[in-house]
This record gives sequence, C-alpha cells and structure tokens, in this order.
Amino acid sequence: MHETVEYAAADGFLSTVWLLVAIPLASAAILLLLGKRADKWGHWLGVGSIAVSFVLGLAYFFQLRGLDNKSVELTLFDYIQVGSLHVDFGLLFDPLSAVFVLLITGVGSLIHLYAVGYMDHDPGRRKFFAYFNLFAAAMLLLVLGNNFVMLYFGWEGVGLASYLLIAFWYERPAAATAGKKAFLMNRVGDAGFAIAIFLMFQQLGSVNYADVFNGVGSLSSGVVLVMGLLLLLGATGKSGQFPLQAWLPDAMEGPTPVSALIHAATMVTAGVYLIARSNPIFSANLTLQTVVVSVGALTLLIGAIIGCAKDDIKRVLAWSTVSQIGYMFLGVGLGGGAYALAIIHLLAHGFFKAGLFLGAGSVMHGMNDQTDIRRFGGLWRYMRVTWATFGLAWLAIIGIPPLSGYFTKEPIIAAAFERDGWTAWLFGMAALLGAAITAFYMTRLFVLTFHGPKRWTEDIEHPHESPAIMTAPLVLLAVGSVAAGWLMSTSVVDWLTPVLGDHSGEEAHGVISHGLITALSIVVTVLGAGLGYALYRGGTAMQEQPAGPIVTAARRNLYADAFNEAVFEKPGIFLTRALVFLDNRGIDGLVNGLAAAVGGGSSRLRRLQTGFVRSYAMSMLTGALLVVAAFLALQLGWLA
Amino acid sequence: MVGVSDFPFLSILTGAPLVGALVVAFLPRAKPELAKRVALIWSIAVAALAVVMWIAYDANGARFQFRESYTWIPAWDARFTFAVDGIALVMLLLIAVLVPLVILASWHDADNTRRSVPVYFALLLALESTMIGVFAAADVFLFYVFFEIMLVPMYFLIGSYGGHQRQYAAVKFFLYSLVGGLFMLAAVIGLWALGGKTFDWQNLLSADFTTNTERWLFLGFFVAFAIKAPFFPFHTWLPDAGGAAPAGSAALLVGVLDKVGTFGILRYCLPLFPEASRWFAPYALALGLIGIIYAALLAVGQNDLKRLVSYTSIAHFGFIGIGIFAFTTQAGTGAVLYMVNHGLATGLLFLVVGMFVARRGSALVSDFGGAGKLVPLLAGVLFFAGLASLALPGTAPFVSEFLVLLGTFTVNKTVAVIATAGIILAAAYVLWMVQRTTQGTLNPALTAVEGMRRDLTIREKVVVAPLILLILLLGFYPKPVTDVINPAVQATMQDVDKTDPAPAVQEASR
Repeated sequence: MHETVEYAAADGFLSTVWLLVAIPLASAAILLLLGKRADKWGHWLGVGSIAVSFVLGLAYFFQLRGLDNKSVELTLFDYIQVGSLHVDFGLLFDPLSAVFVLLITGVGSLIHLYAVGYMDHDPGRRKFFAYFNLFAAAMLLLVLGNNFVMLYFGWEGVGLASYLLIAFWYERPAAATAGKKAFLMNRVGDAGFAIAIFLMFQQLGSVNYADVFNGVGSLSSGVVLVMGLLLLLGATGKSGQFPLQAWLPDAMEGPTPVSALIHAATMVTAGVYLIARSNPIFSANLTLQTVVVSVGALTLLIGAIIGCAKDDIKRVLAWSTVSQIGYMFLGVGLGGGAYALAIIHLLAHGFFKAGLFLGAGSVMHGMNDQTDIRRFGGLWRYMRVTWATFGLAWLAIIGIPPLSGYFTKEPIIAAAFERDGWTAWLFGMAALLGAAITAFYMTRLFVLTFHGPKRWTEDIEHPHESPAIMTAPLVLLAVGSVAAGWLMSTSVVDWLTPVLGDHSGEEAHGVISHGLITALSIVVTVLGAGLGYALYRGGTAMQEQPAGPIVTAARRNLYADAFNEAVFEKPGIFLTRALVFLDNRGIDGLVNGLAAAVGGGSSRLRRLQTGFVRSYAMSMLTGALLVVAAFLALQLGWLA
Repeated sequence: MVGVSDFPFLSILTGAPLVGALVVAFLPRAKPELAKRVALIWSIAVAALAVVMWIAYDANGARFQFRESYTWIPAWDARFTFAVDGIALVMLLLIAVLVPLVILASWHDADNTRRSVPVYFALLLALESTMIGVFAAADVFLFYVFFEIMLVPMYFLIGSYGGHQRQYAAVKFFLYSLVGGLFMLAAVIGLWALGGKTFDWQNLLSADFTTNTERWLFLGFFVAFAIKAPFFPFHTWLPDAGGAAPAGSAALLVGVLDKVGTFGILRYCLPLFPEASRWFAPYALALGLIGIIYAALLAVGQNDLKRLVSYTSIAHFGFIGIGIFAFTTQAGTGAVLYMVNHGLATGLLFLVVGMFVARRGSALVSDFGGAGKLVPLLAGVLFFAGLASLALPGTAPFVSEFLVLLGTFTVNKTVAVIATAGIILAAAYVLWMVQRTTQGTLNPALTAVEGMRRDLTIREKVVVAPLILLILLLGFYPKPVTDVINPAVQATMQDVDKTDPAPAVQEASR
C-alpha cells in the first residue's frame, strides 16, 4: 500500500532549522520582558524577527530542494521519556512543512509590516507585536514538529496567541468574551486531538509521524476510523468547521491584522495541515474520508450562506474564511490528488484573504473604524490602492480566470465530481453551488464598499488612503492573489508528492467531463457576481429589513449560537449553580450534620469552636463510630 | 570513606527549620522585621541544603538513599529512620523552594493582625519541619507522628492569622484530618501487630496478610490519605480552609500538605498492600474521576477567588488519584510529576490571588472587574498561573497531565476519555475567572481602592519570578525531574505487581 515513511537526519545548514521557531520566540520574550522600555522600537524588532525567519525559510527551502529524499529530521532534546514512551523535541523539514513555513513567514512578514502602521496609535503596540511573534513561533512549531505531541504543542500555542490577540482590547467585554469562546470551543477539539494521540500510543507504542504512518497498515479499520474522527474533531475546532465553527466570526473582535494573519491566512488552516499531514491515516478508511468530505461540503455552504446576510465587513470575510476552509476540507477529504489541491488552495487563500482583510482594515482606517458596509459606498475614488488591490483579491476569491482562486478552487470542484456514484453529484453540486454563492456575497461586499452612492456617517468628510507602510503589503498580496494560483498549480503539486503521494498518473473519471465543470464553474461565478452587482450597485437599505425565514436564519448564524446556548451554556450554568448549592448544603451539610449529631445535639459544627477539647473528643467518638460501622458492614457482607 | 551521601541530610533538613522556628518565635515581638529576615534567611539556607542533596542523589542508584536510623522506642521497634526515594526527594525540593517564597510573599500578612508577627513566621518554619519529616520518614510510626503533628502549625496559621470564618475553617480542617488520622492509627496498630511487630517500612514490605486483613489495613490508610488529599467526597474542608487561610499558608496547604495524602498512597498503600490496592483500584479511579468533573464544575460556580482555587485543586487531585491507580509507568510518573507541578502552579496561583486580595481587601470575584487596566503585570501573572493550572503545553503541568491521561488510556480508555473532558472544564474555570477579575469594563469601585493603583512591587516580583521560571523550565524540559521520579515509580509498580501493556498492535501479532 503505502511506501515506508523515512526521514533523514538533518546536517549542515539544515540542522539550524530550529532558528525559525527560536527567533520569533526570543523576540516575543524580549518584548514582554523589557516592557515599556521597548515601546519605541519594539514593533521593528517584531517585524525584523519574522522577516529574518522568512529569509532563513527561503534559504532552507532551496537547500531542501537540492536533497534527494526531500526531508530532514532534527532532534533537539528529549522532551518526555517515561517507560516505553519517548517523545522528542524534534523537528521535521519536508516539502509540506516548507510551504507552510514560507506562507507563515512570508505573508506573516507583510502583515507584521502592515500592523506597524495599523497599530500606530495604539498604546499597546509593543505587546501586540510580542503576541504576534509568539503566534508565529507557535505556528512554526506546529508545522515543523516531527511528532504529534510537537504538533499539539504548537497547536495549543497558537490557540493561546489567538486568545491573547482576540481579547487584545480586553477592556471591551465583547472582545474578552470572544477570546474565551474561541479558547473553549477549541479546547473541545483539542480534547479529541489529545485522545487521538493517546490512541496512537496505545495501539502503536509511538507518537512519531514515521512510526504512526508506517503502522497504520497494521491497525484495524475501526481503530483507524476512530483515530481519524478524533483528529478531525481537533481540526474542526481549530479551523472553524462544523460543528465548531461559531467562534471564528466572533474572533473578529481582535485587531484587523490579527484577523488577516491568524483567523484567515494561517492558524485556521492548521486543521487542513493536520489532515494533510496525517494523510496515511485518512486515506486508509473510506468512511472517514466521506465524513471529512461531508464536513467540508456542509461548512462551505454554511459559511457562504451566512456570508450573504452579514453587514459587517470583517464578519462577511470571516464567514467567507469558514466557507473557503470548507473547500480545503473537501479537498483533503477527497484524498488522492486532491490533498495537494487543498494545500494550494490554502496557500492561494493565504494571499487573497490576507489581502481582503488588510484591505478591510485600510477601509476602516480611513473611515473612523466603521465596519458596517451599509455605511460605505463610493470609496474607490478616495482610496485607489485599497480599491484596486481589494478588487483583485475579490476576483481571485470568486475564481475568475486567470487569477489564483480559479486555479485552486475549480480543480477541487472537479475532484468532487470524480467520486463514486451519487456522492459525486451531491458533493460536486454543493461545491458548485458554493462557488455561485461566494461570487454573490463577495460581489455584494465589494460593490457596497467601493461603489454605488456614498452612505457615510456624518462625521466623515474626506476618507483617506492609508500610509505606504500599509498599502505596500496590500500591493504585494495583490500580486500573489493574481499570480500564485497559476504559478503553484503544477509546481507546488509536484513539490508535495513526497508527502502526499504521486497521483499524476491516475485517470480522472468524473460523472461529467472536466471541460464542462470548468465551464459551469465560470458560468455560475459570473451569474452570482452579476446578480450581486445588479442588486447592490444602487446601494442598500440603512436599516435591517424584515426578511423571510432563510435570511433571518442566516443573520443569526443558522442558529448555531442559539443552539450552543440552549444545549450547553444554560444547562451548564444551571448545573454549576445546583452543584455549588449541593456541595455547600448537601455533602458538607451531611458531614457537618453527622458530626453535630454525634457531638450531642449541637446543631452546627460552628458551635464547636467554643471548646477545642470537646471537639477533639467528639471527633474521636465519630472515628470510633465509623470504625464500628465499618466492622458491622463487614459482618453483614456489604464490602466482601 | 565518608562520602557526601553519608552526610545526615534528612535529619538536618527536618531539624533545621524547627530550630529556626524556635529562634524566630523567641525574637522580640517589637522587632517584626528582624523575625521576617531571620525566617527568610533560614529557609533559604534549608533550600540550599536541599539542592545539595538533590545533586548528591543518584537517580540510577538504590531505591532509598541518605538512610539514617536512630533508636527511638525499642519496645515497639519504632526508630527514627529517614530515607528518600525519588518521589520523596522531589517533594522535599518542592517544599524547600516554596517555603522561602511563601515567607517572602507573606511579609505583611501578619502585620495587621493582633497576633505576634514572629510567631507567624515561626509557625511557617515549624510547618516546614513537619512537612519535610513526613516525606523523609521511612518508619511507619514516625510517619504517623509527623502526619499528625503537621496539623498543629497549620491549625494555628489558619485559626489565628486567617481571614473571614477562620475559626470555623481551622476547626473543620483539624477535625477532618483528625478523623482520618484515627483511621490511620487503627491501621498502623493493625499493621504492627500483624506485620511482625515492627514499624520499619522495609521489613513490613515482606509482611504477609490475609486478603481481608490487607483490605482493612489498606482502607484505614486510604481513608486518612483521601481526606488529606482530598478526594471526593472528603473534600469539603478544603475550600473552607483554603478560603480562610492566609494566602501563603494556603499555598503551602494545597501545594504541599495535601500531597502527603497522595504520597502516602504511593508509599504506604501500594507497596504494603498490593493485592488490596489492585482490588480497590476501580473505586479509587471512580473517586478520582468524580473529583475531576465535580470539583471543576464547582470551581466554575465560585464567587470567591480562594475557594475557587481550592476547588481547582480538588479537580487536580482527581488527576493525581487516577494516575496512581492506573498502575502504569507513565500514569504513575505523571501523578508524581503532577504533585510537583501542581505545587508550583497552584502555589503561584494562590500567591497571586493573595496579592489581589491584599490590595482589594476582598476575595470576591464580583468585587473586581477590569483590574487589568490598573495592575497589568499582576493580571498577567494571574493569567500565567491560570494557564499553568489549565495545563497548557509549555508550562510544567501539561507534561504531568499528558502522562497521567496517556498512561491511563493504555489500561482504561473510559476513565481516560472522561478525565480528558476535564481539560475543557479547566479552561472554563480559569478563563472565566480571568475574565471576571481582570478583563471587561473597569469596576469603578476598584479605582477608589488605594492598593489597586499599585502594580507588582519588587518583593512580589521576586516571589513570582522563580515560580514562573520553574514552570516554564519544567514545561520545556521536565527530564531532570522525571529521571528522578521514574525509577521510584517503576519500583512501586513492581510492588503492586503491574507491568505496562505492550502496544495493542504488537499484542495482536504475538
């Protein structure tokens, strides 16, 4: 079945690959420890550290390209070594981790740079960059680990950074609540991930990638299914997929660069990384793959439908992220050649979604932090760079050829049509429908923001373009949005073969021909975009209009929050209150009452304070009585 | 040749704090600063000696090291016998590290009471002496004596220097412990009578009991330890004691004193009564599991910071209990490591909560709100302690919790899976507590409080920095501790005649 997975030991230049993690981590530590003393220059250290990581990442990448086996492993030190359990603090640099390193440090550098301008007036800018660097370090560890515990380590680290940055303006109750919600919903997924790791050790005696992947063949299909489902639970939490999607839109309470880097381009794609990395597990069970595909298809529709009903520019983009990651899950669920398609869609998405978020930030910057798209309109004349770059990213995400989204999304749709039997129609049509809705809501967003009549609030007289430090990253990301898809569509797919397998020779058997799918996806995209333009070029109502059940449901996030509140939150609060009452009155009362009864009719233990000796005597009596009771129990055979 | 291992480390470690306590107690009441300084320097000297002992300890050497034995009561064959294995050693180090920090953290705790300041610090040193003794004893009777005497300084620390309802809490603490102690006394006497009329642990190891006797003796010890730890349903004294005790004493109470319970189970219940331990294991696992979920839910619902931390501790003790009774190397090592890490993390949490309470004059969560604006560093330390408490990777408790759960999973999937749900609840109680105290809109009442305008002082920084450093260090590199614990745990597993299961795949292909 699978070839044996083997990694060579790192030597020479590649044995310094740990610097990728260490540099941003050291920068974060310095920024936190120096405190206010670093306020003046801290942000430049933050940008510099990630930029150095990017340059190093490029160098390592070219070094790796020259190697035959395309992967190196590096053990830094023993992390946990108990009995037969052996977990190294070990790194793996291979084609898959390399592309993630470049995405994280490359797009990360641009967003760090942008944030220097965006956070200019924020008194907490140094702290912001400390957290941002901490995130980068954790994310790099996540993709560079050579075993599942390292992956989990980074996984929890990015969760912490995400929490800190969502709740960055912690004095706002909404931000604090959103941070907590993100952390808690992620913990649900993390628990699943953790149990998957326990299962690996229990079954195979190891948590290293190589041992686990080579051992998959010897596992029963039931075990593979459970292991995969547990990993999937973890992945849905981190990536905002059904059923754990509700935290991601609330995460928009964080500063916009955070939304761009963490909650669009990198961290939320960690779930996709987890599944792609574990491809030997997921490819080994058809039921498992069908579940992943279903989660992806369902979530891409959920995200797209809700995206149509939101009026907050960042929330629309957040739901769009949910939806686009749904496409990636669809890809990794389909397996085979589609693993690589999901990864290139992930990379392209990193460019255009980061561009969209930073563009949104630029708009907010010029509009007094307004986020309501009903309050924009006609901005193209006032912020040309933002408008042009946002426009290119918009065309890229909806998949207009030859921009990047076309090269990365359309093949996933085609791959969905290549499944067996009726599921090809189900998932293929879902993906196609998603493309149409995406075109609609993204066009609505673009047109309402930049075109049509001005609907600004009175305090805004003259919206301004952002400074060059913010527009320069926008331009670079726009270049990526345009070119990345075409550049990656064959080169990166080939590059990833050592990790994801060679599927170039496999004949595709779609239920309809690939040419027709291509035509269809372009047609539905143009139709969706056209409808969006026709409906919204004249602006929109300033107030929320009465709507039918579907729109109302979409506005309420398809009732997912209401469900969580009714099923988990309210009963949970009731349960804790009931237990607090029970513990104070019930268990404690019982014990106190028993003691009091023994003590000779005093109603409360409290009264025993009056006499220390008396309480001593009473406790001896209690003890003696318990001993007698225990012996009686033995005599009667209760405990035998 | 007299080597460093012949140095009487353990009797000096036990005795020195007691001498210090006597010295400090008799310092003039009018010179509180002098008493504080003497106590601090004394405890630092003890810590230094403990570190030297740790360096002299040979992790791959004999199971028990630094053995000393002196005649005590020949008629009963009770002796002053001291010896430590890896488990006791790391607990001694924990004590030695925590006590100086607690003394420093408690600098002003006794200032505003009507009681004597020197006596307060003398009590802390006396407590250190008894705590070291209880872990260093290798004679069952000596252990029992320390186990009981340990209550006395803690009783006075809570009852005389505590906060609201201190008398009630102190008496309740004393009674619960005493009842447990009575059970143990009965079992100790039974052990002596039926085990060959000796109190020497090593000799008792080879004693043979009938099945029923062994179970009864196990139960006597176990009830005492379960109350001390505490395990559900014997836990209700801890929130009262932890809530009323001064923060420093509470840190020692929860961080160290309670570990005597879990340590006792590992040292006495498992090796001396292996058959009974195996027989009672399912019940103990059930108690641990209930504790994890039940206490975590209660922690979520608390409105008093110190009680909240106490409940989190009960949940943590559930993990330790599971780790002990899963009988695997990973779970057992995880449990002992948990005892150390919990001492650091919850110790820090109690100390930093104490700093909040001292400033605000109230421990009620609802009296705070948005405090991060006023005291950002203090809020940051609270958050860090919270992260350690919820066992985030990178902090030491992650390693122990991971080992406990993983080791338990290999033998009992159901227990491990339910316990893993506890990590979600841990995030809930920590983050909600952090949110209600330090985040959100600033509570206007806070700005009016003089103390809340002062962030971490230098003294407080010196208290928290070593703990933060240790938590991070052991979070990334736990090896120095696990290497010491591991052989002792493996020996204990041999005592109960348990071996780790082989990976299921290998098992199947056999």
